Amino acid sequence: MTDSKYFTTTKKGEIFELKAELNSEKKDRKKEAVKKVIASMTVGKDVSSLFPDVVNCMQTDNLELKKLVYLYLMNYAKSQPDMAIMAVNTFVKDCDDPNPLIRALAVRTMGCIRVDKITEYLCEPLRKCLKDEDPYVRKTAAVCVAKLHDINAQLVEDQGFLDQLKDLLSDSNPMVVANAVAALSEISDVSSSAAEALELNSQTVNKLCTALNECTEWGQIFILDCLATYNPRDDKEAQSVCERVTPRLSHANAAVVLSAVKVLMKYMEILEGSSFTQSLIKKLAPPLVTLLSSEAEVQYVALRNINLIVQKRPEILRNEMKVFFVKYNDPIYVKLEKLDIMIRLANQQNIAQVLAELKEYATEVDVDFVRKSVRAIGRCAIKVEQSAEKCVSTLLDLIQTKVNYVVQEAIVVIKDIFRKYPNKYESIISTLCENLDSLDESEARASMIWIIGEYAERIDNAAELLESFLEGFQDENTQVQLQLLTGIVKLFLKRPSETQELVQQVLSLATQDSDNPDLRDRGYIYWRLLSTDPAAAKEVVLAEKPLISEDTDLLEPTLLDELICHISSLASVYHKPPSAFVEGRTSARRFTLPARAEPTPPSAQTEASPPVAQQATVIPSHPPQGDSLIGDLIGMDFGGGMPAQPAAPMPPAAMSNSHSGVDLLGADLGGLQLGGAVSGGPMTAPPSAGGGGVVSSGGLGVVSSGGLGDLFSLSGGAGLTAGYVWPKTIWLPAAKGKGLEISGTFSRRQGQIFMECSITNRAMQAMGGFAVQFNKNSFGLVPGAQLHVPSPLPANQSSETSLLLNTTGPIQRMDPLTNLQVAIKNNIDVFYFSCVVPMHVLFIEAGQMDRKVFLAMWKDIPASNEVQKQFHCNVGSEMAQQKLAANNVFTVAKRTVDGQDMLYQSLKFTNNIWVLAELKMDPHNPNVQLALKTQALDVTKGVQEAYEAILSN
Amino acid sequence: MSMSAVYILDVKGKVLISRNYRGDLEMSVIEKFFPLVLDCEDEGNASPIIIHESATFTYIKHHNLYVVATTKKNANVALIFSFLHKLVKVFMEYFKEMEEESIRDNFVIIYELMDELMDFGYPQFTESKILQEYITQEGHKLEVAPRPPEALTNAVSWRGQGIKYRKNEVFLDVIESVNLLVNSNGNVLQSEIVGAVKLRCYLSGMPELRLGLNDKILFENTGRGKSKAVELEDVKFNQCVRLSRFDNDRTISFIPPDGEFELMSYRLNTHVKPLIWIESVIERHSHSRVEYMIKAKSQFKRRSTANNVEIQIPVPGDADSPKFKTTVGTVKYAPETNVIVWNIKSFPGGKEFLMRAHFGLPSVEAEESQGNPPIKVKFEIPYFTVSGIQVRYLKIIEKSGYQALPWVRYITQNGDYQLRTT
Repeated sequence: MTDSKYFTTTKKGEIFELKAELNSEKKDRKKEAVKKVIASMTVGKDVSSLFPDVVNCMQTDNLELKKLVYLYLMNYAKSQPDMAIMAVNTFVKDCDDPNPLIRALAVRTMGCIRVDKITEYLCEPLRKCLKDEDPYVRKTAAVCVAKLHDINAQLVEDQGFLDQLKDLLSDSNPMVVANAVAALSEISDVSSSAAEALELNSQTVNKLCTALNECTEWGQIFILDCLATYNPRDDKEAQSVCERVTPRLSHANAAVVLSAVKVLMKYMEILEGSSFTQSLIKKLAPPLVTLLSSEAEVQYVALRNINLIVQKRPEILRNEMKVFFVKYNDPIYVKLEKLDIMIRLANQQNIAQVLAELKEYATEVDVDFVRKSVRAIGRCAIKVEQSAEKCVSTLLDLIQTKVNYVVQEAIVVIKDIFRKYPNKYESIISTLCENLDSLDESEARASMIWIIGEYAERIDNAAELLESFLEGFQDENTQVQLQLLTGIVKLFLKRPSETQELVQQVLSLATQDSDNPDLRDRGYIYWRLLSTDPAAAKEVVLAEKPLISEDTDLLEPTLLDELICHISSLASVYHKPPSAFVEGRTSARRFTLPARAEPTPPSAQTEASPPVAQQATVIPSHPPQGDSLIGDLIGMDFGGGMPAQPAAPMPPAAMSNSHSGVDLLGADLGGLQLGGAVSGGPMTAPPSAGGGGVVSSGGLGVVSSGGLGDLFSLSGGAGLTAGYVWPKTIWLPAAKGKGLEISGTFSRRQGQIFMECSITNRAMQAMGGFAVQFNKNSFGLVPGAQLHVPSPLPANQSSETSLLLNTTGPIQRMDPLTNLQVAIKNNIDVFYFSCVVPMHVLFIEAGQMDRKVFLAMWKDIPASNEVQKQFHCNVGSEMAQQKLAANNVFTVAKRTVDGQDMLYQSLKFTNNIWVLAELKMDPHNPNVQLALKTQALDVTKGVQEAYEAILSN
Repeated sequence: MSMSAVYILDVKGKVLISRNYRGDLEMSVIEKFFPLVLDCEDEGNASPIIIHESATFTYIKHHNLYVVATTKKNANVALIFSFLHKLVKVFMEYFKEMEEESIRDNFVIIYELMDELMDFGYPQFTESKILQEYITQEGHKLEVAPRPPEALTNAVSWRGQGIKYRKNEVFLDVIESVNLLVNSNGNVLQSEIVGAVKLRCYLSGMPELRLGLNDKILFENTGRGKSKAVELEDVKFNQCVRLSRFDNDRTISFIPPDGEFELMSYRLNTHVKPLIWIESVIERHSHSRVEYMIKAKSQFKRRSTANNVEIQIPVPGDADSPKFKTTVGTVKYAPETNVIVWNIKSFPGGKEFLMRAHFGLPSVEAEESQGNPPIKVKFEIPYFTVSGIQVRYLKIIEKSGYQALPWVRYITQNGDYQLRTT
């Protein structure tokens, strides 16, 4: 006999009949009737009108019937709140039943009835059940507290249930502990006051670790997830927790394994650099690999998480490339994830194998997978320089297949390869041009146009090709239109004689016939540039493009750190912070990795810096990857896919401040503006705040990096006799430099800028072959000499060195302006870090201005270019004058008005920017007024800070 | 962490049964689910996780059913998926098969189970053997109503009290599956052994078991480094095994669940010669015919024999009029899956067999290419483990002091065994 017969009654008057049966005297008929009611409920019929009749059946001695009635209550109580009260008595009575199964059932069900009136009656039975002698009842009651909190948080806090719940953490039964942990974590998630009250301490953590060994797999997950939110006091505690969590890596349940991985990944951050971490790293690889033999869905979750882990700690799976090879019968979502991880793990040693695989995948059936595989070949070329040539020839092979989507995808990636390795593979352009007609996707068309524009001088019929695209200009997608505009302008600048007409045509199409503001604005800019100063136009449009780098597909470090704390959760699958997809209060609690053991130097804006971390999550919908890092280059509008990042390989730390995207066009203009102060160039439109571009495309505004400016004020306070020198800060911690630690500062002596650094070898063996290089920067700083470090530098030895700097290098605007990205090479690796050059070392000796010139210039600069600032200063005007003069801030004149000293001062930057200042000092008031006037407003912030630092010493 | 509700849907997306655990999402949100699945599949971004406004759907498919969990929070998805798979397992153990019919037939007990498996979206208890002690098909009177079994909250949650057998026996199977991936040039891309130790326990009381293997790390720790031992790359244990004990001194000690279960699994990356090697020569004469020459070679010791060898060779979907020639075994064409199946009942070690096949091809070419599916091989080699793993002992101690007999079997079989074709 089966239950299916209950589904069969569908005739009219059914409800009426059921009513009669429910009120029948015969117990069996009653039970049958309730089953029919539940069956109707299951198929979605509304049987709420039977509420009183069903509730009448509640007082029964039949357990099965009782469960059914409870189920009915849970479903319909909300629609009949007044009648639900009828059930309360039975619940309260059942909570006192001698059978623990029934006590638990009653308390469990009562918590699921989300009716306020019932909730009040729940408190007393719940309080009793939390102290029940039977663990089964206690563990059910523990969860019930969370249910009650969800309905009425205030009630739970007022009634002292949180304390009772907290007591359950010390319960003798592991399952009760596990459920109490689950309930507490849930409550802490939504209520910050509860979270404070329930803060874990070492004692509780110790208890949790003990319960971990004895509870069910699910309980283990609750406990592990809770441990992952705890910040251990010290290394010792972290290590001891890790030791007790590690055995969980051998659990058969994949979710237990992933939660254990989460705890270990987080705690490793604290134990950075110890040999214990090394042993943990070794232990992590095998279980991660084994996760790939789980069910496909679990594999998918595992792969998304491995993607994060590989970015955080590439060493863990460095040698496991082969397990990520795609199998024919993998579901598509697994295939795509494997592909992504393969690229992340690709290196010089395994690249040949990877390419062979990718080529194989490119012949598969699934179009999406094939496209991604072709893209992957391009990413490999960019990531592993030695393989570029092979990748290009593989792509050419694929183009020969003439499969439409393969060809288009190949062209898109070849564009990226050109960007990475200019002037190397242009010989294949002719092959590409052969396929012009088959391109029907806008991204491929845009890429092709970019290639033609960029290499117009080598393509004889470039004008003809571009003209052919122009015919359907109106119908093209914006991306293609923008490319076409830029491409033709490039062509014109390279071959002005033959293409005058073409450029006129495209400019008028863009400015007059288009209602797209991006296109129009760009059109106008070109037009004005071309008409006023073709040389400047050349400099802007044909400027050397920063190379794109392999790191662009990496997640932004602060986001990555946050996601590591969310391993195995939805956030880790979406690669978005929970606040991006979870509503309301739940996002109140945010987790980030604990600060590393070493003190974090202010100059390296690492992940631990709180203001930056904040910013990363303020942006509501963080795109999963890529997009946020796009530097919108003047000639590049390719969203997604292969985002371009200005500046060659950047250290991940430095990327944290550029995550909002560096608008290069804006940057270029900013650069012009800096120079413009001197040359009085044609561009007078002031750049918007923060150097934001005039052309804002793709909606990427520039978010000024909050908190970075504070760095200046963070480090002040060393003595000053001659030129003020900042105390040294750690630029490259040993943990990041594979044992190489660099700390340093900048100084100005005898009219020269020096980078003063202490280089310490904290590794086990000697280091040698040191060399240094700077990335392009705002003031063109370049090393003026070799880096003098004794080679070899024995282990645990330090060397002090002074590196002479010139300001003759290439210029690129940085944000903040004084940011300097440095690469230091030794026999082990190349290390990247960024530091901040204090602005006053850039003030030159020839900064003394004549009075008259000063006056004239002061008048010349519009009032809008004046910046005021008030700060605290304890020195008198005489002393201030001396101190400033020692740092090349010269006093042009001094007046005393109403007992206040007014100092008029001038200073000049290495790049000939003048800044005029008026310093108002009152001998009786420690607050001083500083007014600055300059054509290049961008420097004022730095100058103010320099003033403050110099004077406060 | 927590799931809002769990649904079981039929193949057309109609809800068969559901349970609302948290009430933070409208139950009707499920109506969005099936259209979303179809959309995602159409757009080529199929995924087991679908987000829709504030709801996230996570689902698995079991035969023709969708088992779906919804959540509104940043839930632990690994937990959700492993719970959903566990739920299916529990239902299978209760009803043999989980399909539309068995769900209708048992809806009362399914509701009961759903109430017990999870509370407020937190998985609670998923051991079907213990559940069967107090959630049964029969209705109970309250006087005789079952009480919660001790195992429910015990540290030993997987074994009930008072189990009795007349004859105490344990059957231990060591099963090794070989995963192999060979590219079309005949290079082995990936080769690993996934082993499992399966137990069938028919033991009375609360026995303590200890299993000894020739584990390399254990041997090295105990100074027997020279004996023949196997290095287990990654070991996964059933929840009954004391993990911290294993972590300490590599002892595998446990109180077993009753009946059949998988005690442990392990993985080895040791490169072994592919046990069955296939060489294929495929000659395509488009528009007329395609010819296959398949050579199967057994590369294990002559003493051993592979049984029930099945070699599946993919053929184009539009091939017709098959002709086969072979000296050993039988060859069949399975047009529904577009493969030739070559069966060899018994394949001794160190042998080589040949099979030829010939198909006609239509003169009009099919529009859709089907890619290049790999050749797959199935086999079973009894009394043999590729890794050389051995059970040294299985000690059984129970306080009543009975003698129990352990029986050990070894078998090696194919796992995911694929050879790509050109």
